[in-house]
Amino acid sequence: MTEAVSTGHGERAHPDFLQHHFDTPEQQFTSGKLGMWLFLATEVLLFAGLFCAYAVYRGIHPEIFEYAHRFLDKSLGATNTVILLCSSFTMAWAVRSSQLGKRGLTAALLALTILGGIGFMSIKYVEYHHKWKVGLLWGTHYHPSAEAMEGHGAPEDTAAGVAHQDETDAAESAAAAEPPAAGPQLPDLSGLPAGVEPTNVPHGAVGPEGTIAERPAEVLPVGEEEVKNVHIFFGIYFLMTGLHGIHVLVGMGLIGWVLRRTLRGDFGPEYYTPVDLVGLYWHLVDLIWIFLFPLLYLIH
Amino acid sequence: MSTSERTLGIAPAHVPPGNALGKENYLNHDRGLLSWLFTLDHKRIGVLYLVSILTAFLLGGIFALLIRTELLYPGKQLMDADTYNEMFTLHGAIMIFLFIIPGIPAALGNFVLPLMLGAKDVAFPKLNLLSWWLWMTGAFMAVTAILTGGVDTGWTFYTPYSTTTGTNVVMMVAGVFVLGFSSIFTGLNFIVTIHKLRPRGMGWFNMPLMLWGLYATAIIQVLATPVLGITLLLLIMERVMGIGIFDSRLGGDPVLFQHFFWFYSHPAVYIMILPAMGVISELISTFSRKHIFGYKFIAWSSIAIAAFSFLVWGHHMFTSGQSELVTMVFSALTFSVSIPSAVKVFNWLATMYRGRIQLETPMLYALSFLFLFSIGGLTGLFLGALATDIHLHDTYFVVAHFHYVMFGGTVIAFLGALHYWWPKITGRMYAENPGRVACALIFVGFNLTFFTQFIMGAKGMPRRYFDYLPEYHPYHMASSIGSYIMAVGFFLIAGYLAHSLFRGRPAPANPWGSNSLEWRTPSPPPHDNFKETPEAGDPYDYTDLVWDDAIGGYVRRAGAPATP
Amino acid sequence: MTNLLAALAGLSRLAGLQDAVKGPTVWMPPESSTIAAKVDSVWDLVLWISVFFFVLVTALMVVFVVRYHGHRGTGSKPTRDHNTALEITWTVIPTLIVVVIFWVGFETYLDMATPPANAYQVSVTGQKWKWLFTYPNGYVDENLHVPVNTDISLLMTSEDVIHSFYVPAFRTKKDVVPGRYTRLWFNAKAPGEYQVFCAEYCGTNHSHMLAKVVVHEPGGFEKWLAEASNLHGRFPPAKVGEIFYNRFGCKQCHSLDGTTGIGPSFKGIYGHEQKLQDGSSVLVDENYIRESIMEPQAKVVAGFQPVMPTFKGRLKDQDITSIVEFIKSQK
Repeated sequence: MTEAVSTGHGERAHPDFLQHHFDTPEQQFTSGKLGMWLFLATEVLLFAGLFCAYAVYRGIHPEIFEYAHRFLDKSLGATNTVILLCSSFTMAWAVRSSQLGKRGLTAALLALTILGGIGFMSIKYVEYHHKWKVGLLWGTHYHPSAEAMEGHGAPEDTAAGVAHQDETDAAESAAAAEPPAAGPQLPDLSGLPAGVEPTNVPHGAVGPEGTIAERPAEVLPVGEEEVKNVHIFFGIYFLMTGLHGIHVLVGMGLIGWVLRRTLRGDFGPEYYTPVDLVGLYWHLVDLIWIFLFPLLYLIH
Repeated sequence: MSTSERTLGIAPAHVPPGNALGKENYLNHDRGLLSWLFTLDHKRIGVLYLVSILTAFLLGGIFALLIRTELLYPGKQLMDADTYNEMFTLHGAIMIFLFIIPGIPAALGNFVLPLMLGAKDVAFPKLNLLSWWLWMTGAFMAVTAILTGGVDTGWTFYTPYSTTTGTNVVMMVAGVFVLGFSSIFTGLNFIVTIHKLRPRGMGWFNMPLMLWGLYATAIIQVLATPVLGITLLLLIMERVMGIGIFDSRLGGDPVLFQHFFWFYSHPAVYIMILPAMGVISELISTFSRKHIFGYKFIAWSSIAIAAFSFLVWGHHMFTSGQSELVTMVFSALTFSVSIPSAVKVFNWLATMYRGRIQLETPMLYALSFLFLFSIGGLTGLFLGALATDIHLHDTYFVVAHFHYVMFGGTVIAFLGALHYWWPKITGRMYAENPGRVACALIFVGFNLTFFTQFIMGAKGMPRRYFDYLPEYHPYHMASSIGSYIMAVGFFLIAGYLAHSLFRGRPAPANPWGSNSLEWRTPSPPPHDNFKETPEAGDPYDYTDLVWDDAIGGYVRRAGAPATP
Repeated sequence: MTNLLAALAGLSRLAGLQDAVKGPTVWMPPESSTIAAKVDSVWDLVLWISVFFFVLVTALMVVFVVRYHGHRGTGSKPTRDHNTALEITWTVIPTLIVVVIFWVGFETYLDMATPPANAYQVSVTGQKWKWLFTYPNGYVDENLHVPVNTDISLLMTSEDVIHSFYVPAFRTKKDVVPGRYTRLWFNAKAPGEYQVFCAEYCGTNHSHMLAKVVVHEPGGFEKWLAEASNLHGRFPPAKVGEIFYNRFGCKQCHSLDGTTGIGPSFKGIYGHEQKLQDGSSVLVDENYIRESIMEPQAKVVAGFQPVMPTFKGRLKDQDITSIVEFIKSQK
């Protein structure tokens, strides 16, 4: 709006793509680059929060991750990894060809990259749909069906604790969703505060001389806590892959946008910044998946 | 703003050279509301922010007065406990997310940062506008949350309270999430601008210290805010979908939320204070007519504070049951932040030593800052020391401490900065005497309000209490009276600043005699900031600036070279 | 370190400020636990260091303003703009001081954090908005009674949201978190009553989530506990039932005034027919009430969710009889 000022203060010639407050195309390009890298840093930190949550819970309950990752389909995950890697390659090639001014090739490569994104999201859809169908979901929605359990040798009480809960009303569940096993939320006349399920006390949460060891033995049923709270894994799985999926969608939109501009002939050897920046973004999305895949699918 | 635009266009009787009220300037460059709402000019965006955050400040201030009135006497005065709980939540959330965090950087920083660099704009003007619109969206969502059931979690949104309460937490948290992105984009913009748009002759260590403050702030904004974003997203997921990560009944850990939250929110208090420290460096040097003392120490101390700020979040959880080892490490790291702050205070004092101190209103605020920030900083030692923190944690002592730092520090510096740059922003001088009176009122009212809170906190008065035991009554009473005195001060400021927009003396280009670049362009600046890009020199070398009585400002000594 | 502390504490006493204010040290509440005096000596140390620096900064500021006051328009003359030695000095000295403060704070904290062996243990449950203290014999009270000069260890957890157990006179505080246990200990120095606050915001009645620590004379505590535990000896059955009604959380779901909560109201329920979920009906008598307490899911009244927990093994026959008497009395 107030931007139409490429006259006025130009000692140098101002190309069309150069914004008025930059002196040289080079300054504009490096500014964009630096801005994009900073933005990628914030994206990494956004995911870092989830990686931290992952690390914390895997540290506290390794058995949940060990047990639950088997429900994920490694081959689908691996296929998706390959697809994303290929799309990263076509993206990088597109940046190069845009820089060389090959408009047709750039457009084709960008289209291929979008295709990769579509492929990735389709496979993701297949995975999500299956988990939805068999009830391998987060939190109070975790109700694995018999089909889901097939071949996984799940102990009977896998779903105990949360499976019976009322899932319709989250607010009400605050008052009512106590697992039956945990007993009433009342002071126990045996002198032990009740209402606390043993497995609910995070091991890492108390000090070296924490209260875990001091609890009377009879409330700590040995061996039974191994596969409780499996839903935590699926909560983290859906959060991480969901947020990543949103990023893939945004990336596809951005690639579509530079594809349109490429076809319009906006870019050439002296100005291809948007292609370059969108490429950086796409590589980040790819990179995050490279971490997600082993952390979620390939646990030992 | 449209009124000011209209009146500012009229050429007043005695217009000094260097005043652009009658000529082309950024205020009259374009006309109409839309030219403001979709402007890409950093100065206009700064003004938009200024109007917006001051509105938020008014709202937060009204909540504060209601809180203090409720606490005049024990028992119920104005409202019931639930309303009170919403009041303090909204006071905190509005003041922090809508006012203090964007206060100096987004409003005043936006205005002065490119000017100080001699640049035409920030690196990404469209992103800058987007930041403001995100702020408006976030503010709108916060207000919607207030109007649709309120929020009663405290601004810290601790789980599991926030996941179980019946109030409109999701809307508020989503609003804060959006505000976070506003803050990230502002920070990102500032970092790139400072890196890439510095003028010839301005190396890193020739920048005004305000820019170091903004730079350090921007680093924290970019690195810490995303973590807040994901934390709030998890909280929303917890409420909407029942993910269970913070829910102990589902095997989650409610204290994990506190770690996540403070990983952002502790650095966030430095987002609030670092630009204030930048302002104070400018004010003390300018009004002492003396080169800032120990430039490099001040600059590096800003970076040091930014770096340390990421390592201390655990000190909010000394009583949460985390292990002794973790507690010890966080206590030790917490003290590390106090050192760069102390260094700054000593350097400011040394700047005043043998200066020629002029007690204009901005300087009075700078001196208030030194007084109040010293108290705020020193009382932090009580809270960093483990033994005393256990007693003081979550009492009014903490409330007083962070008000001394955030209000006595940041808000006072904001007021100083507002007065300092007011002539540049509006092209008008405000009335000096009411300015001094208002500063004194706020200083007295502030100390009465919050010093009493140190005492009752030490005596054990817990925070966020609707009702209290009679033994604390005298302190609460004094505190409330203090808040009314402050309110009078603020209304006085609003009065004379509004008056100056219409009747104020036209400001010269450089009323205070500062040597940083924003004073080398007319007041208010033209749309493109500078007719020709100025050469930067030492921003704290005032020897070539002499007072000219005829224009009521400073001019460059005749024959002085543009760069020393 | 301890010597330094003692010296500084002595210094503060010499300054006469302590006598000028009530209480053991400036602003602090009475020192009523063994740890309080140690905490207060840290407080004194930090306080006097702070006062020194605050006075230094303010005095220099005022002196400079008065001494170097200039008028509007005065020019500037070139001066020294740094002095590395000086700046390093005022970086290093605060560093050393905060190291000392950190250390004394940490040392005292370790004493506070480590419960002594063989402490008398009381379980604490925080819930909106009251404290429940469970003694080793199973007796539950809403105030904390302890013997004087005895190490008391509290094992704490919460029913709902985070609370924080805070006794200013003991200088002690610890969050009470759902899903985990936290521990706190103290040793009260003098008999008397001390205020307990909830220090972590927990909702509507946060400011009324109060209790007392009642510190008994030697021998007094055992006597009190024996008397207090004997509810059936102290009160008529209906009164005991009412105590259980309040203490066991019945009142969260079952009102006494006829309003429908999560469960049916007790008002006038005794002796009336109730429709059940399966369509049959049942007469509310002693047997039905007993069954509902022991096996709540057996016969659920129509219109309610089967969410009531069982109390089997928690209530004795005599307790249930009292509850029945209490429900009978709700006409």
